[in-house]
Amino acid sequence: MSSDYIIDVQNLCKSFGDKEVVHRVNLQVKSGEIFGFLGPNGSGKTTTIRMICGLLKPTSGEGHCLGYDIIKDAYQIKKEVGYMTQQFSLYEDLTIRENLEFTGRVYQLKNYKTLVNEALENLGLIGRQNQLTGTLSGGWKRRLALAGAMLHQPKLLLLDEPTAGVDPKARRQFWNEIHELSERGITTLVSTHYMDEAERCHRLAYIAYGSLLATGTIPDVIKNAGLTMWVVSGENLNKLANQLRELPAIEQVTVFGKELHVVGTDKKALANAIKPFQKKPYTWEEELATLEDVFISLVGKAKDNFYLIKN
Amino acid sequence: MKRFSIQRLCAIIIKEFIQMKRDRLTFAMIVAIPLLQLILFGYAINSNPKYLPTAVMSSDQSAFTRRFIRSLQDTTYFRVVSLPKSEAMAQKLLRTNRAQFVLNIPSDFSRDLIRGKRPSLLLTVDTTDSMAAANAIAASNILTKDVFDHLLTGALSYLRPTPPPFNLIIHAKYNPELITQYNIVPGLIGVVLTMTMVIITALAMTREVERGTMESLLATPARPLEVMLGKVIPYIIVGYLQLFLILGAAYFVFRIPAEGSLFLLCCAALPFIAANLSVGVMFSTAAKNQLQATQMSIFFFLPSILLSGFMFPFYGMPVWAQKIGSILPLTYFLRMTRGILLKGNTLADAWPNIWPIILFMIIALFVGVMRYRQTLD
Repeated sequence: MSSDYIIDVQNLCKSFGDKEVVHRVNLQVKSGEIFGFLGPNGSGKTTTIRMICGLLKPTSGEGHCLGYDIIKDAYQIKKEVGYMTQQFSLYEDLTIRENLEFTGRVYQLKNYKTLVNEALENLGLIGRQNQLTGTLSGGWKRRLALAGAMLHQPKLLLLDEPTAGVDPKARRQFWNEIHELSERGITTLVSTHYMDEAERCHRLAYIAYGSLLATGTIPDVIKNAGLTMWVVSGENLNKLANQLRELPAIEQVTVFGKELHVVGTDKKALANAIKPFQKKPYTWEEELATLEDVFISLVGKAKDNFYLIKN
Repeated sequence: MKRFSIQRLCAIIIKEFIQMKRDRLTFAMIVAIPLLQLILFGYAINSNPKYLPTAVMSSDQSAFTRRFIRSLQDTTYFRVVSLPKSEAMAQKLLRTNRAQFVLNIPSDFSRDLIRGKRPSLLLTVDTTDSMAAANAIAASNILTKDVFDHLLTGALSYLRPTPPPFNLIIHAKYNPELITQYNIVPGLIGVVLTMTMVIITALAMTREVERGTMESLLATPARPLEVMLGKVIPYIIVGYLQLFLILGAAYFVFRIPAEGSLFLLCCAALPFIAANLSVGVMFSTAAKNQLQATQMSIFFFLPSILLSGFMFPFYGMPVWAQKIGSILPLTYFLRMTRGILLKGNTLADAWPNIWPIILFMIIALFVGVMRYRQTLD
């Protein structure tokens, strides 16, 4: 294992019955970074995270988390990792304080009362500590769950879609907290499918159909995808979009309000294909592909491969 | 490093108690089920029914027939409710459940009796409910022997039946008055514990899975045995509350004798409570949601109540049913509680009924711990 990496897993595979949900995933997460884990629903994000924190045994593959073997040392990993599940999973019929105290006791924290008080202060929930957790709003529940996962002061946080279904303001607050933790040297692996959140990560990985499609910093991912993108503005874009979709050189045409993103891999073929349409009333400009364009293109290709293998 | 931690166990126990306190429905179930069953089984059920409705169609009014009818009622099993005039009317009473017995006295009964012609009386019985009629039939049978004894004096003394060549002395022990409650109420302790313990633990465990809290519990360092004991111990305390509730009612309300040691009974109840809790835990490892957990509990509860000897006599069942009954902990617990309360059993007497429960508990707990998903696979 390499001591530079907090998480270092190779060729992780997981099958349920004869269905393989994670296929040969390699992940390396450096100390202190915020690592984004992206992918559509059902792509294997949660399964991968569960394997990293010792909740699931991989069918094959190996790896280390915080220097512990993910297969043999699951118990140690559980002690030192803060894991926040996708579903809100504190006890709704316990009060805010009771939930945190329960966590403190289960992790055998000696001074858990002080830690719980501090956590409640930081959250600003000290006045509502005796309120039943089930009565909190979605955003508050998420922040409380994060505080619960942080109570035993782990060096690594695994957050599984922590902001799903949370309003933008609460999401921003949540992400500010993650960045503060990162400055204190805590490593975070966070899964999400919001693009704006992906952009707040230091590095990211994209997974679809159980396979890792891209890893790296945002500029790396965009560069490696090798996409050329033209942005069209003008009138009657829907009609133009339908015409462009017929052309084989064009991979995707997406309408973004008053703009049209036209994306292709082969720069020359794309230029030739759009030539007849580069006239009034449209204005064409070549731009750098966005993360979203890259992901849509990646998923499209992965889907083709996936069905090729299946058939 | 992987050692069992008392602190984590306590954490789970405290949490479980807080949740139990807040869940009014479970709490109501814990108290209401024993009370409801006590009232229903204790007051409503009687396997030795008396004063059953009887119709008498008599075509012969004499000292003999009047004497017979009075003696019949004196057995306390019969109550004359109707005197139909015709055979058709009598049959209708039977058909429509207004009488369970019809006594037919032929017109020349007294005359034939005196002439020594051994006349017959006909008692027609509605035996659709065989249990209800059995004791009444037995009681009426005895009458023939001596019902007319004091009428057959003097000139009629030649009609007296000769005494049988030997005597059979019957001594009804432990419950001489055949009071149903003596049998039912001690049995209820086991039934109530089986019903509530299995279902409450099965629900408590599956609820964690259903609400998604199991995943975070599994992600903590808590070990399977800690989680399981943490879930089971609070309900052992609940089980004892129920035990005391029913024992108290048995003693003060139903006046059930306590011949043996109550302390022994309380100690011996522990493996039984634990056995049922382990079954609940075992079910919860197989159930996907609370509905399935409830259904599985019923599957366990039904054979327990039917084949254990609680409702129907154990030795009246065919061998295969007795074999199933011999697996169930309730069968042994029933014999043990009845033995201690009614027969004054000591530990040595009760032991043959205690060790099978302990064996069952160990197996159920083992299967439960093995099946408990430490990982989510």
